[in-house]
Amino acid sequence: MDVEHHAPPPPSGPVPWDKDFAFRLLADMLRIRRMEEKSAELYGAGKIRGFLHLYIGEEAVAVGALHALQPQDNVVATYREHGHALVRGLSMNSIMAEMFGKREGCAKGRGGSMHLFDAATRFYGGNAIVGGGLPLAAGLALAAKLRNEDRVTACFFGDGAVAEGAFHEALNLAALWKLPVLFCCENNLYGMGTAIERAEAQTDLCVKAGSYGMAALSCDGMDIVDVHEKTREAAARVRAGEGPLFVEYRTYRFRAHSMFDAELYRAKAEVEEWKTRGPIHTFTARLKAEGKLAEEEFLALDAAAMKEVEDAVAYAEAGSWEPVEEMLADVTTPPEAAP
Amino acid sequence: MTRRLSYREAMREAMREALQNDPRVFLMGEDVGRYGGTYAFSKGFLDEFGPERIRDTPLSELGFVGAGIGAALGGLRPIVEVMTVNFSLLALDQIVNSAALLRHMSGGQFPVPLVIRMCTGAGRQLAAQHSHSFEGWYAHIPGIKVLAPATIEDARGMLAPALADPDPVVIFEHCGLFNVEGELPDNGDDCAVDIASAKVRRAGKDVAIITYGGCLPKALAAAETLAQDGISAEVLDLRVLRPLDDAAIAAAVAKCRRVVVVDENWKSGGLAAEIVARIVEHAFFELDAPVARVCAEEVPIPYAKHLEEAALPQPDKIVAAVKGLFA
Ligand SMILES: Cc1ncc(C[n+]2csc(CCOP(=O)(O)OP(=O)(O)O)c2C)c(N)n1
Ligand SMILES: [Mg+2]
Repeated sequence: MDVEHHAPPPPSGPVPWDKDFAFRLLADMLRIRRMEEKSAELYGAGKIRGFLHLYIGEEAVAVGALHALQPQDNVVATYREHGHALVRGLSMNSIMAEMFGKREGCAKGRGGSMHLFDAATRFYGGNAIVGGGLPLAAGLALAAKLRNEDRVTACFFGDGAVAEGAFHEALNLAALWKLPVLFCCENNLYGMGTAIERAEAQTDLCVKAGSYGMAALSCDGMDIVDVHEKTREAAARVRAGEGPLFVEYRTYRFRAHSMFDAELYRAKAEVEEWKTRGPIHTFTARLKAEGKLAEEEFLALDAAAMKEVEDAVAYAEAGSWEPVEEMLADVTTPPEAAP
Repeated sequence: MTRRLSYREAMREAMREALQNDPRVFLMGEDVGRYGGTYAFSKGFLDEFGPERIRDTPLSELGFVGAGIGAALGGLRPIVEVMTVNFSLLALDQIVNSAALLRHMSGGQFPVPLVIRMCTGAGRQLAAQHSHSFEGWYAHIPGIKVLAPATIEDARGMLAPALADPDPVVIFEHCGLFNVEGELPDNGDDCAVDIASAKVRRAGKDVAIITYGGCLPKALAAAETLAQDGISAEVLDLRVLRPLDDAAIAAAVAKCRRVVVVDENWKSGGLAAEIVARIVEHAFFELDAPVARVCAEEVPIPYAKHLEEAALPQPDKIVAAVKGLFA
């Protein structure tokens, strides 16, 4: 491979959190990891179909960033959004049932893996059109601003989306109108098989965002401490009325793009190098070194995650199929419910 | 002598031949190179033809389709691959407002010899945003030619005449066909087919099933079932969705006097509606029964398998529609 991506040095320095908070974040990373490992297995077994994009390796981003938000905030995500949905507060049961296509899923089985939605937690979905979520996020933020609501809209998207017109149009609008959007760019260095160096003339994404006149900062997406601390500060600035802000999370996808990807475009050694920087084990090692985490405690968190996954699979298995007669419901508002 | 190959292999061979035969031809699109093509159509091409001619693009559908139009104007013969019809919506402005209009709008000075290929259709549980069929929309637009290869022969043979065409040609490849295999006559290098006519894929006399693309195998399966019930169905594969082969449609109507149009587009304002309108305009008095349509249900295509199947045309629905004409 003529483009190489080296992993950053392992995170260091003290973890500035109390044990309770550190445990919650570690637990969430484990929940995502275990849920997705199981999902891959279930895909092999034919229980989950269609496209399945795993987040394995990138967990620190969703967990660190979403824990910096408040319940009244909005979240807009991509098709690689199982983790975001889970941390935002969707039950693992409803996510798993959705991936099974069951009616008990968070979108009644109509959306599947790429289209998780939940109004209660203001989770505006998995969007499977690259860049499609960005203008939507600008609009949600416009509504919040015009209605004087204390509400930040966090919009997640990949490095690949930065090349789309929608990225540029949405950033410009958000900056022009000083909208409370937190643009969260998960730069895992590839859009499908295309390395960022082959897609972007300017690979410093903060320079691009900065050109629209908004603050832009970059953080180590493999380090949950850096992700959380920087996102918390960024969200506070957006909330204070500074306008939109762009955060780049430098991260890495350990698995294939989707279940159909032969991974011809990157070297195995590169993947292995980044795996040594896996966000779960580096965080675990730091907590242990500081005496904040004992091995039994780690095992207990992991066991709880696995139990939750097992229960979610049972829930999804036991779920029902939406009757075909109901398929046409909700295409539009039924006449009797319309004003 | 014949040889057996898949739709995917046929497309790949066709592109390889075009790249070998004409230095002006190049392939451009998302993940056509290093990834090996989203559907492995261009696997190995990067090594064989190099990065100048096998050009990976950023995720910028509007930009690279527009660049393809410019390159065509500038003397090249681009094959622009838009990963799927779903993402072609981001490029629609360039296709409609530039590619399709330029020749006429410039008083005939600027034809756009461009081929745009894209995968279309549902059936793989990819959910609503990845399951569109917009062939009917494209067939609405004067200035472009729209092709829907549904057989191995057409997958292999349509690209060369499309590239030779002086105007923009959009080729829709249905995602459900890629692994279908078939026999191809061993004509050596001459695989080209015409890109003007519809073709009868099964002869019959009681009812004409008019279809194209991903619905062709379903229509043939329905015809087989109908044969067992004593109904002889003719299956007409449109192949070219713009301009439509009116003569072939009229001939099928005149011969069978009953017609079912099968189309994966939504029914309202879809391509099937256009075909029915033409039949009513030109062959009304040939009909022994009202024309029936089997189209996608008017719903975003759902993820769950049983719902997706229910939302799409299926052989049993086609059989039922045909029998309805004899009731
Ligand atoms: C508009 C559009 N073009 C192409 C695709 C096909 N596609 C799906 S994901 C993807 C890669 C996106 O990469 P990135 O934004 O970096 O996100 P990542 O998958 O790395 O998380 C592509 C090309 C799509 N879904 N939408
Ligand atoms: Mg990426």
